Amino acid sequence: MLGYAISLKYMLAGYAVILTVLAVYIVSLFVRWQNLQRYLHTLEEINKKD
Amino acid sequence: MKSQPFPLKILNILSILLFLAALAMVFLYAPLEVTMNYVQKIFYFHIANAWVGMLGFLVAAVAGVLYLVHHDLKWDIIELAAVEISLVFFLITIISGSIWARPTWGTYWTWEPRLTTAAILEMVYIACLLLRQGIDDPDRRARFSAVYTLIGSISVPITFFSIRLFRTIHPVLIGAASTSSQGSFDMTPKMLVTMLFVLGAFSVIFVTLFWHRIRLGQLIQLVEQQKLEE
Repeated sequence: MLGYAISLKYMLAGYAVILTVLAVYIVSLFVRWQNLQRYLHTLEEINKKD
Repeated sequence: MKSQPFPLKILNILSILLFLAALAMVFLYAPLEVTMNYVQKIFYFHIANAWVGMLGFLVAAVAGVLYLVHHDLKWDIIELAAVEISLVFFLITIISGSIWARPTWGTYWTWEPRLTTAAILEMVYIACLLLRQGIDDPDRRARFSAVYTLIGSISVPITFFSIRLFRTIHPVLIGAASTSSQGSFDMTPKMLVTMLFVLGAFSVIFVTLFWHRIRLGQLIQLVEQQKLEE
């Protein structure tokens, strides 16, 4: 039988990793979306001027 | 690009609520396992991530077939979205499994059949994303990717059935486990309900992220078109 303290430590580490990786991916989706929107806006302005 | 459609906004809220409910089920409803104690609770999210990860790889294979049949780049966008999201979920599966294994097996990693096939599966699809980057022509890139994901999808059933076909220390929760398996446990009804709930919650989260990634792919395509017009 595993000790409670050790078991709790690994459980917290596991959930910390799960939440961190998911959060990083969601933030990366958001950042990429914002950057592309800005880039698209710039491209549209250049095309209008031309 | 249009703002988020109403069903996607609903899915966003639903995903957040289901994620919080899944955490509550794991920590407040599911009982503590006798031998492994708290660390067993990793298993609920580990299995759910593995499920949506494998589901996504199969979705990518289907999208690949549809691209080869119709030659429509929308299937390439869908396929890429499925691969990318599945890689994230499967990475979580591998890391959370390793953390569970340390106190249970005494090591973070061992080259037993399930872990080996899972690592190969992850690397096969990472290679897919890397190789795609080297192809400039969108049609060639989509054709390559479609064939690659179709062939790569063979590793999904191999990974899934590896613990049932080979002698392994990885636990089998549904069906007969190998005599050498370490860390198996009998699920109580409350554990089973929690597992099914978390599986359902992650399925909804997968759909939500998948939709967002498809929209991102469409935006990338729009930017590429604008660049060509420039």
